Amino acid sequence: MRVALFVTCLADTLFPQAAVATVRLLERLGHEVVFPGDQTCCGQLHVNTGYPDDALRLVRRHVRVFAPYDVVVAPSGSCVGSVRHQHAVVARRAGDERLAARAEEVGRRTYELSEFLVDVLGVTDVGAYYPHRVTYHPTCHSLRMLRVGDRPLRLLRAVRGLELVELPQAEQCCGFGGTFAVKNADTSTAMLADKMRHVLATRADVCTAGDASCLMHIGGGLSRLRAGVRTVHLAEILAATEGTGAAGERERQGVRP
Amino acid sequence: MTRTFLGMPATAPRGVGQLRGEEPFPAGARRALGDAQLRRNLRHATGTIRAKSAAVIDEVPDWAELRAAGRAIKTDAMARLPELLEQLEAAVTRAGGTVHWAADAVEANRIVTDLVRAAGADRVMKVKSMATQEIGLNEALEAAGIEPVETDLAELIVQLGDDRPSHILVPAIHRNRAEIREIFLRAMPGVDPALTDEPAALAAAARRHLRETFLSTRVAVSGANFAVAETGTLAVVESEGNGRMCLTLPETLITVLGVEKVIPTWRDLEVFLQLLPRASTGERMNPYTSMWTGVTPGDGPQAFHLVLLDNGRSAVLADEVGRQALHCIRCSACLNVCPVYERTGGHAYGSVYPGPIGAVLSPQLTGVADNASLPYASSLCGACYDACPVMIDIPSILVHLRGQAPHPRAEAAAMTAAAYTMDHPGLYAAAQRAARLSRLAGPRGRGLPPPLSGWTASRDLPEPPPRTFRQWWAER
Repeated sequence: MRVALFVTCLADTLFPQAAVATVRLLERLGHEVVFPGDQTCCGQLHVNTGYPDDALRLVRRHVRVFAPYDVVVAPSGSCVGSVRHQHAVVARRAGDERLAARAEEVGRRTYELSEFLVDVLGVTDVGAYYPHRVTYHPTCHSLRMLRVGDRPLRLLRAVRGLELVELPQAEQCCGFGGTFAVKNADTSTAMLADKMRHVLATRADVCTAGDASCLMHIGGGLSRLRAGVRTVHLAEILAATEGTGAAGERERQGVRP
Repeated sequence: MTRTFLGMPATAPRGVGQLRGEEPFPAGARRALGDAQLRRNLRHATGTIRAKSAAVIDEVPDWAELRAAGRAIKTDAMARLPELLEQLEAAVTRAGGTVHWAADAVEANRIVTDLVRAAGADRVMKVKSMATQEIGLNEALEAAGIEPVETDLAELIVQLGDDRPSHILVPAIHRNRAEIREIFLRAMPGVDPALTDEPAALAAAARRHLRETFLSTRVAVSGANFAVAETGTLAVVESEGNGRMCLTLPETLITVLGVEKVIPTWRDLEVFLQLLPRASTGERMNPYTSMWTGVTPGDGPQAFHLVLLDNGRSAVLADEVGRQALHCIRCSACLNVCPVYERTGGHAYGSVYPGPIGAVLSPQLTGVADNASLPYASSLCGACYDACPVMIDIPSILVHLRGQAPHPRAEAAAMTAAAYTMDHPGLYAAAQRAARLSRLAGPRGRGLPPPLSGWTASRDLPEPPPRTFRQWWAER
């Protein structure tokens, strides 16, 4: 299958290892990955911060860039949620019904990674090897906007060498919320403190999730505490095989543990 | 009958009632977050209600259908609100009640105060009511020399403690039983000094205190959960029975009803009386459901007044996206599941309507500019939407209201510049490289200026990678 990668601006800029892993994983499963180079940001930051007028041009760009592709995959529940549930709203608000219809069409063909693997490809064992104790945080938008349910867990359970430990109160938000983390930094930090407490209680050495944004938040807090637990995107775990699973991939990408 | 022209929707007036806070949400939240006792009380209380509610919702095989029905009935009612209100007015009048129309809090307070004076009373007993909290009725009555006595146990705790409610259903949720005992010992006349903090002992003390009020007070003021247009029936659901005392014992009953509480038919109650208790208190059915239709000669209050309150609701109704906030049945399920509310409590929201529903309702009732921080008091996690028994899409309304909020000028300029940059892939790639090379952020982001330092106060920034993804892709 020919898959267009919707990289997301955050993964592109700060967490390329998650996007690289998505490419390697899909290619390993026998699919052709293309990267439409004119993509930038889906505009979710603008929409959720209260700038729908500014977001309009980004929605228009996203729809134009991805309209030619049958299947679009992103390593993010939140950005796919925005594409699927917000783009048409932004277009309609601006009175552009044609754009709204096209946005809905693109939204229907856009998948979060675990959805794509399980629902479209029908695979849960992707042949990964990752010898670590891992806990999974279900990100709010993947859980409640996309309803990915236990798809990521089914994928993780099939990874060889991986010891999956349940995260207490997993479904509570980590406190990221985009600009919420800055505008309401104290409340966000209080939510993060509880999330980190639960992550540490699992005694996992890796906390994973399907969104680089939430992982940046949880990881930023754990790093500040020098907690010795690292955050790794679900795609990186699923892309890991013998020889890359331990540490090699991460260091080649130059990412600080 | 008085009529008020509701043509151009106005927002709730300033200077009266309790819909606006004195400070923005982050400031109130900051204070609340530092109160370890408050955090513990809230965590315990919301956790308990969440578990109880989830258990009884799981028992209902058609919960999803009930929610959809609740939403459909409310959508229909809001679509023909004027017609239903006139139908309600006619039915109540036919049954011996008197209907008053109040455009806002000022008018409603004046109507109620005049009615109490006309009844020759200097004291009223109150059934727990959000609408009367919203308009600041107690303060208005006190200013007129009339003493309001709250009879709901939690409202009584708040009133005796000279405090503010912090939850729609459990107004004293921020207090634990040791604190309640102290409030009773300090402020309840004739209380036994040997009072313990056992819930039964606290309830018994309140009962003794209130019994005298029930038997000697001739006027009661209530709100209502539902008003049935076809029959003119008002309904109050409660757990304690104190509400029923107020609704049945006095000579005069005055009910302040937000206009959005009207439902078309008696049959519609069936849906809401299943949804409300399970979503709110986690009960299969609330212990007391009181319903009355006008006046019944020789039985109950012999004078009944219904005050229909707008106070900004028509303005909410005028907003196609925001109007679903009027579907709210005040169950507080969204508060109990909200990770923000669980940590900050209700006072940080400023308004009597806290939590997610308050964050969408208060700014609409007052106009967004007067409550501009509230639509941002959410991480948009969506737990509220899932919990809402009438399926109000609170996250979408929050985002919608953010689009109406006044923005800080520097932020607006930065956002416009960012959108422009991101609409030009060349500029975007250059900005990515600049961010990596300049290292303006300092090690782990600790050199960032405000407001971005809000992030680095408690979180490191990731080190920029040596290559962006698009560079890797171009070079592979």
